[in-house]
Amino acid sequence: MMEAAVKSAQAAKTTERPYLQIAGLVKKFGDNLAVDHVDLNIQQHEIFALLGSSGCGKSTLLRMLAGMERPTSGKVILDGQDVTMLAPYDRPMNMMFQSYALFPHMSVEENIAFGLVQDKLPKGEINARVMEMLDLVQLRKYAKRKPYQLSGGQQQRVALARSLAKRPKMLLLDEPLGALDKKLRQQTQLELVNTLEKVGVTCIMVTHDQEEAMTMATRIGIMSEGQLLQVGTPSEIYEYPNCRFTAEFIGETNLFPGQVVVDEPDRVEIESSQLGNRILIDHGITGPKGMEVWTSIRPEDVRLDRRPPAAGHNAAQGKVEDIAYLGSFSIYHVKLASGKVVKSTVPSSRWYEANEEPPTWGDPVFVSWRSDLPVVLTR
Amino acid sequence: MDLKRLLKRVKPGRGAVISLPYVWLLVFFLVPFLIVLKISFASQDIAIPPFTHLMTFGDDGTLNIALNLANFQFILTDALYADTYLSSLRVAFVTTVLCLMIGYPIAYAIARARPDIRNGLLLAVMLPFWTSFLLRVYAWMGLLNQNGLINQFLVATGIVHEPLQLFHNDFSLYLVMLYAYLPFMILPLYSHLVKMDLRLLEAANDLGARPLKAFWKITLPLSKNGIIAGAMMVFIPAVGEFVIPELVGGSDTLMIGKVLWNEFFDNNNWPMASAVATFMVVLLIVPIALFHRFETRQLEGEKHV
Ligand SMILES: Nc1ncnc2c1ncn2[C@@H]1O[C@H](COP(=O)(O)OP(=O)(O)O)[C@@H](O)[C@H]1O
Ligand SMILES: [Mg+2]
Repeated sequence: MMEAAVKSAQAAKTTERPYLQIAGLVKKFGDNLAVDHVDLNIQQHEIFALLGSSGCGKSTLLRMLAGMERPTSGKVILDGQDVTMLAPYDRPMNMMFQSYALFPHMSVEENIAFGLVQDKLPKGEINARVMEMLDLVQLRKYAKRKPYQLSGGQQQRVALARSLAKRPKMLLLDEPLGALDKKLRQQTQLELVNTLEKVGVTCIMVTHDQEEAMTMATRIGIMSEGQLLQVGTPSEIYEYPNCRFTAEFIGETNLFPGQVVVDEPDRVEIESSQLGNRILIDHGITGPKGMEVWTSIRPEDVRLDRRPPAAGHNAAQGKVEDIAYLGSFSIYHVKLASGKVVKSTVPSSRWYEANEEPPTWGDPVFVSWRSDLPVVLTR
Repeated sequence: MDLKRLLKRVKPGRGAVISLPYVWLLVFFLVPFLIVLKISFASQDIAIPPFTHLMTFGDDGTLNIALNLANFQFILTDALYADTYLSSLRVAFVTTVLCLMIGYPIAYAIARARPDIRNGLLLAVMLPFWTSFLLRVYAWMGLLNQNGLINQFLVATGIVHEPLQLFHNDFSLYLVMLYAYLPFMILPLYSHLVKMDLRLLEAANDLGARPLKAFWKITLPLSKNGIIAGAMMVFIPAVGEFVIPELVGGSDTLMIGKVLWNEFFDNNNWPMASAVATFMVVLLIVPIALFHRFETRQLEGEKHV
């Protein structure tokens, strides 16, 4: 009996109810649907990135999690507790603000201690916690400085320390590196991830920078016009986009609209007027014949040849319109008869290995790809 | 070459622009003050103007300089003057505190109002300036009088049977002082409150501070400069205020401005009036200097932001 109870408790633990559950969350500003029925589950210790272009509702979603915006409808459940209607000061979550929102009249240590003072912790414990945080972000020397006496990168670290000081169940980061310049940003990305992993805090971050999301997050959610379009690991999202928006938003791709003409369990043919040929895919898709679909093929999967490829399908002839030489590889822009421009990434080694002259502007070339590489999108 | 010539041409122009406020202060503050200072060391005389010269040439070619310190001596020894200065400071201080207590919530409400109605509200604060100050004080006399509008209303509605003494006492003095100086408190406070970053309050809330606590810990400290600026704008002119105590204050209200007026117009004692004025300027220069030092420090701080 006892053993069974323990076992079932363990089983419950391993099936793992999500740490944070967002269910049907909606936010309307007047007629403007800023967040449109978002469902999302997040596990403990995850670093989750909400990725989308400016104005897509990322910040609004984050602010609803922090309690700074009232949801129009929907639920937020954190660690089994319904926090949907809790005020920000009652939530076990903390936020790192877009431009840090450090208190200008307080020193670095006073900023970090602010949340702890609100919790009325004993003085000794506050001091110990502040020191721990200062060490975590390597700012011990700067404890007495005011925010304006610090560089942008240091301010970012103070903001991080302040939001971690209360040991929140969840950390929310709104464009955590958005205020830093490009070079500092790349360097800070890894530093920030290391700090977050060291602390082991569950995070949701918001960003419009796909590189930042891909580098930092364990999973990414793609947002557009208030909707969460796709959720997955960085490689899932890149390799198996589920819609045109994601395919085009993450990395570069070539999209061909077309109709399904042959639909068999292990083989689909798509007629594409832009390609001027049939696209063959060696696996089935779920959809009726005649359905309007989009085929996405990444530039690095498009092969460039001077001679026509053996297979008749998944290929087309065109003229080199533009070449971007990037050292170890080049990006060729090939214009097809339909006017459609196909991008192909070609390693520089390709030509001397084949003992050929690289094609140049105006040369006739063939683009082609393997039938297992394209992704068929229905929306 | 051309650039050099251009710079040469620009420099004197820039110098002129920079020196303009100094010229202004020199002509309209320092020179008049020196004249007043000079008169304060003279003696009363039956002449036009009614005071003695500081320097006279004797028949034998001597230059006689006579500095009369009696006026200052009198100010320092006669308790009336000490009482007057203290009373002026007290009136100015109470007025400043009242303006702050009423002005802060108003400035706060305007700063947090919807942006499209903010300017309208600000305009409403400044609207009284469209009418002459003196007229507005007279209007208060009409309201507060023994048989003024307020008393008429109170008696007619039966709230009181006898008209209340609302006039020529401390109540009317502070009421009208508050009314007259309130905009000078609201405007600097507003300009500080409106530029505050509201995300700081969200951050404070997020870290566990309830709204009232966030106000005490964030909004109030960050509006400190506005409070100081507003307090100076009210306190300094209020010390020398003459019209309001004279017209609506009690007859026992001692104010420097009133003493000055008496010495000047009633006693025709220009040297004494000048000495009183000199004293008042010195009294006021201390808070102004403190304020100035504070302001420059503040500016240096803001440069880094
Ligand atoms: N307080 C608000 N009042 C009205 N509309 C708002 C407010 N906050 C955001 N919005 C609107 O909601 C949409 C999403 O905004 P936001 O969440 O800030 O986007 P993001 O952070 O992705 O750039 C935008 O159209 C924006 O104009
Ligand atoms: Mg945003």
